[in-house]
Amino acid sequence: MPTIVVEVMPKPEILDPQGKAIANALPHLGFTGFSGVRQGKRFELEVQGEITDELLDSARKAAAEMLSNPVIEDVVSVTVAEDI
Amino acid sequence: MTTTPTETPLIGDFTAAPTAQPLDGARIGVVTFPGTLDDRDAARAVRLGGGTPVPLWHADQSLHGVDAVILPGGFSYGDYLRAGAIARFAPVMETVVKEAGADAASSSPLPVLGICNGFQVLTEAHLLPGSMIKNDHLKFICKDQVLRVENTETTWTAQFTADELITVPMKNQEGQYVISAEELEAIEAEGRVVFRYVGENPNGSRNHIAGVTNERGNVVGLMPHPEHAVEAGYGPDDATGVREGTDGLTIFTSVVSSLAGGNQ
Repeated sequence: MPTIVVEVMPKPEILDPQGKAIANALPHLGFTGFSGVRQGKRFELEVQGEITDELLDSARKAAAEMLSNPVIEDVVSVTVAEDI
Repeated sequence: MTTTPTETPLIGDFTAAPTAQPLDGARIGVVTFPGTLDDRDAARAVRLGGGTPVPLWHADQSLHGVDAVILPGGFSYGDYLRAGAIARFAPVMETVVKEAGADAASSSPLPVLGICNGFQVLTEAHLLPGSMIKNDHLKFICKDQVLRVENTETTWTAQFTADELITVPMKNQEGQYVISAEELEAIEAEGRVVFRYVGENPNGSRNHIAGVTNERGNVVGLMPHPEHAVEAGYGPDDATGVREGTDGLTIFTSVVSSLAGGNQ
């Protein structure tokens, strides 16, 4: 099914407490060599039929106005993924 | 000691509850979202403060003619996406935003108080600046917290004295207040920080901020829970005894008296 993928990340200047906790836990499981972790969100918006420019614009608007909170998050990308 | 069934000893002394004079016309709506926990406590606080609580339902656009609205704490819509993010789109919020917002035509915009999750709903609805993220230590906090009241000009804090210290419970995992550097400078300069944490920063909030107001002072949000500190016997410990603290009550008497003043 044609899908629009939206990726949202915490703003660089916002400390990401969850990412920090993950980064601290990694070495305990033997995963060394990672100096930091940031945790974000990925949304998959499914579309019945074809993805039009209009629909993509609408997804960008939804990403900016609802899927992310601009105070704490950035929309990193809004892309079309055909074969999910 | 002999007691009849009607004299069963109570944990708290109900007769000591400092009930203010009921004021006709001070009808204060308390919104229930799916997942709200503290609506009944908020309604009780309104009553103890001298007002008449009116239950409001998230799916109902009508505010049923109330004079002020409280968005209580707990959760809302499972807090999916972000805390308060879905609640912002609830039918009742459309009306709240319209009547309380900056473009409200009325000269006396609707007073709105957001507590905990309700504060998060107000930031998501853009009625208040900033946002909340997980506590810097990632732990759920549940404790009594001292706050300093730094703005006594708002509808909800008019009866506090300047820089009054109050103790109210606080219980959250997502209470770290964040805001852009420019906006932080602006709200500090405009005196829009209403409540500030005293002592150690409990959650990493910027500038120890516990609560803020909008430009007109009718909308106030805070993370701690004043509605849990309104009745002796059920509040935080204070100098007078265990669970005797009622510092939160002034928030509710403030709005009731502000509304009464406005009606005269």
